[in-house]
Amino acid sequence: MIGFNVLVLVCLVYVATLFLVAFAAEKRAERGAVGWLRSPLVYTLSLSIYCTAWTFYGAVGYAVRSGLEFVTIYLGPTLVMIGWWWLVRKLVRIGRSQRITSIADLISSRYGKSNLLGVIVTLLAVIGTTPYIALQLQSVTLSFSVFSGDGGAVPEFASLSNTALAVAAGLALFAILFGTRSLDVNERHHGVVTAIALEAVVKLVALVAVGVFVVWGVAGGPADMMARIDASRIADWNLAGGRWATLIFLSAAAFLCLPRMFQVMVVENADEQQVAVASWAFPLYLFAMSLFVIPIAVIGLTVLPGGNPDLYVLTVPLALDQEGLAMLSFLGGFSSATSMVIVAAIALATMVSNHIVMPIWLSTRKGGASMSGDVRDVVILARRISIAAILALGYLYFRFSGGSEALAAIGLIAFVGVAQVLPAMLGGLFWRGATRNGAAIGLILGFAIWAYTLFLPSFGDSFLLSATVLQDGPWGVGWLRPRALFGVEGLDPVVHAVFWSMVINTAGFFLGSLASFPEPLERLQGAQFVNVYDYSRNAPGWTRSTPEAEDLLIMTQRILGPAEAQALFQAEAQAQGKAGYLPDTTPDFVETLERELAGSVGAATANAMVGQITGGAAVSVEDLMAVADETAQIMEYSSQLEAKSKELSNTAAQLRDANEKLTQLSIQKDAFLSQISHELRTPMTSIRAFSEILMSGPMSEADQAKFSTIIHDEAIRLTRLLDDLLDLSVLENGQVSLNWQDANLNQILDRAVTSSGSMEAERSLTIRRDPGAEDIALVTDADRLAQVFINLIANARKYCDAAAPELRVTASQQGNALVVDFIDNGSGIPKASQSMIFEKFARLTDQSRAGGAGLGLAICREIVAKLGGSIGYLPGQGGAAFRVRLPVAQAKAAE
Amino acid sequence: MGKRVLLIEDEPNIIQAISFILSRDGWTVDSHADGKTAMAEIARRGPDLVILDVMLPNRSGLDILQDLRADPATEALPVLMLTARGQKRDRELAERYGANRFMTKPFSNAEVLESVRQLAGP
Repeated sequence: MIGFNVLVLVCLVYVATLFLVAFAAEKRAERGAVGWLRSPLVYTLSLSIYCTAWTFYGAVGYAVRSGLEFVTIYLGPTLVMIGWWWLVRKLVRIGRSQRITSIADLISSRYGKSNLLGVIVTLLAVIGTTPYIALQLQSVTLSFSVFSGDGGAVPEFASLSNTALAVAAGLALFAILFGTRSLDVNERHHGVVTAIALEAVVKLVALVAVGVFVVWGVAGGPADMMARIDASRIADWNLAGGRWATLIFLSAAAFLCLPRMFQVMVVENADEQQVAVASWAFPLYLFAMSLFVIPIAVIGLTVLPGGNPDLYVLTVPLALDQEGLAMLSFLGGFSSATSMVIVAAIALATMVSNHIVMPIWLSTRKGGASMSGDVRDVVILARRISIAAILALGYLYFRFSGGSEALAAIGLIAFVGVAQVLPAMLGGLFWRGATRNGAAIGLILGFAIWAYTLFLPSFGDSFLLSATVLQDGPWGVGWLRPRALFGVEGLDPVVHAVFWSMVINTAGFFLGSLASFPEPLERLQGAQFVNVYDYSRNAPGWTRSTPEAEDLLIMTQRILGPAEAQALFQAEAQAQGKAGYLPDTTPDFVETLERELAGSVGAATANAMVGQITGGAAVSVEDLMAVADETAQIMEYSSQLEAKSKELSNTAAQLRDANEKLTQLSIQKDAFLSQISHELRTPMTSIRAFSEILMSGPMSEADQAKFSTIIHDEAIRLTRLLDDLLDLSVLENGQVSLNWQDANLNQILDRAVTSSGSMEAERSLTIRRDPGAEDIALVTDADRLAQVFINLIANARKYCDAAAPELRVTASQQGNALVVDFIDNGSGIPKASQSMIFEKFARLTDQSRAGGAGLGLAICREIVAKLGGSIGYLPGQGGAAFRVRLPVAQAKAAE
Repeated sequence: MGKRVLLIEDEPNIIQAISFILSRDGWTVDSHADGKTAMAEIARRGPDLVILDVMLPNRSGLDILQDLRADPATEALPVLMLTARGQKRDRELAERYGANRFMTKPFSNAEVLESVRQLAGP
């Protein structure tokens, strides 16, 4: 018979082994030789903390009571792992990119780093986990009692609760030693993970060993076993579909939401490849764990019909004198309990210290984190105290309510409690519209319903809920009965509680989210969570304010420790090219820093601490604009608006231009009409005046002749003006028909000189030409070209102010172009006027000498353009100089 | 000796016509063809009446009119404006600036004579 002392010794040796393994793993990790510590296998085994003492011992009892129903507890997690691609992968990705430290941190971070939500989830987790820890303590003490109660010498002081106290203290010590060694939770607990992987192996081996023993040692192999199972009452189970579905859902939810599961699955995860392997390896593990449950239950019923089925795993080998196997089984149960308690305590302590202790501590220190004191010590101390407090809480719970329900019932109650986080978590991962208010409403409602319908009634007829309330509802209101809410009777209590809590929780979450509008930081975080795959680099959370790098360094040192903080700042300074100095506090750097700190103190606290130094501005409009689909839509919409408004302003500009053109045209038209009026009325005035003079009476012959001549000249001037106007109008409207023909420049110039000389013979003008150079053949309208030349020669005759006016006409061929220059020896045209001489009615000198209407050069310009050439003023030639440029062989097609 | 009229006009035939009509009626007519120097010419000659064309070389008749009205020595000098542009705007401007009469070319000789007589009559 194994004595109690031996048992204690074995436990101590086992625990010492765990310490050694954990210590070795930590050392190995410190050397940087992570290697197999981070292998998918270790990850998968660490997930096995899902299988606690409840599943190790309790599954058999469960099978005795409800047949195959215990399988549901394994089916939920199996489904979650098989479907890892959709959910767990996202969780892990978010956990890494956001440096999530716990499930409370996940919820808090997702909903705008809200500490309110962090506190709610933390409280929920503590309340939901405490009974669970109590359960583990109970199972360990029960297993001790199995050995000791069987005639072993039990020392006086070693009552059951003392055993539990000792176990709790030992576990607290382990958790404190290996769970709070490094502050940055993202650096992960290599020691703890390795130790629980070892424990996973131990419990699997133990359970399988007992199973193998009952199948081959007690029964006569698998065939006999199957026959025995058929014969036992376990085979008479009937499937309750609603309860099965509920339990599968519940176990899946708990697998995701349990703080310890989140710790190993997300926080301790190193890369997504681990999850991929675990997706098939973990279901296999669960399968192995459940394979021998029914055989053990069946043999247990045979061997120990009156025994506690929850302890068959232990009592069956003992009853059959297999002490070694019983010891192994005991160790399996012990390791199941310890691994769960350790991880749960660490996870809860992280949550409590980050979401409750640190905010309170920060708020009591008005000066902020940069003033004085060492945050690092405070955080670690808070964690250590939290671990101790949580285990104390579990112990107290065990002391005062232990044994009130069967093990499995407590497990399920805890599952339903933590599952309340599920709507806020899933909503936060997949729905951008989920808001902090919605999450808080859902969580609080679900939590309240759970407490009212399941948690409080689990204490039985106690001071919390009297038997009368259970029976008739509070104040005798029937539809408020805790186990028949809204008059729904006849449901299994767990199904009833799950149904109402999840329905009301989810409804509250959705309605609350729809009714409230997320704050900027929430929207930012929401986008980063929901679209985590789109953000390889995470969207910036900090705008460029200018916190003092020194303040940040001081604060960081207090949290991360001097060495690590300085390394971080030096690396950043190096990256910025300022090695040896403090880095600039760029938004990127501040964000990185916040993430680093978030690993230690949680996102909400880190945000608050950095915010204190950087001036508190959380998110700018710009950041929001850069972020998300919704924002992208907004941006698209606004760019459409922008395009529209650009279009409008373009149209407006075009309209303005058009209007300006019209105004210009109108002004030009007025000016033109005014000019025409002037040009017509002036000769008419002379004609009328002299006609009236001639009519008024007799006068001298000489006067009569003079006045008649004036009338005649003015009449001719009028005619010429009208001719010019018509000519110009025809040219400008493009209605002119040109008479293209082969011509010779020399002949055209001859004609022009002759006719201009005959027209204005009163002023002498010497014309110098070089007939040899003029002998150039060209295709043009000779009459029109002569008109241009005549105009130019006439202008020289009229305006050249030299004492001996002289016009030099030179012709030359430049490539395909014919160039004819007309240069006189007068004073030329002032520079300011050179650009306007080709405009209509642009006359530089007074009327008397011009004799024309000022249309000549305008007409010339039109004609030359029609002939395919150009005419321009040639500055710097001494006198007035015009250059006519013409194509030698004008394409006939130009017509 | 008859009253003196100063004709500021750049079209030679019109100068000749108006000079002929007015001198036949006993007026002494001087003429000036440039806008820029017109003010000086008016001051030098001190006429009893100015006949002022709107479109003059180098300076607008309307500007000259404004100067005349701004100068105490000439503010009461009768001015007969002539224009060939015949637009309403010119007439309005001339009236606003204080022209005593405004005539559009071509005018009848009798009209000119009558206007001159009224403006500078004894």
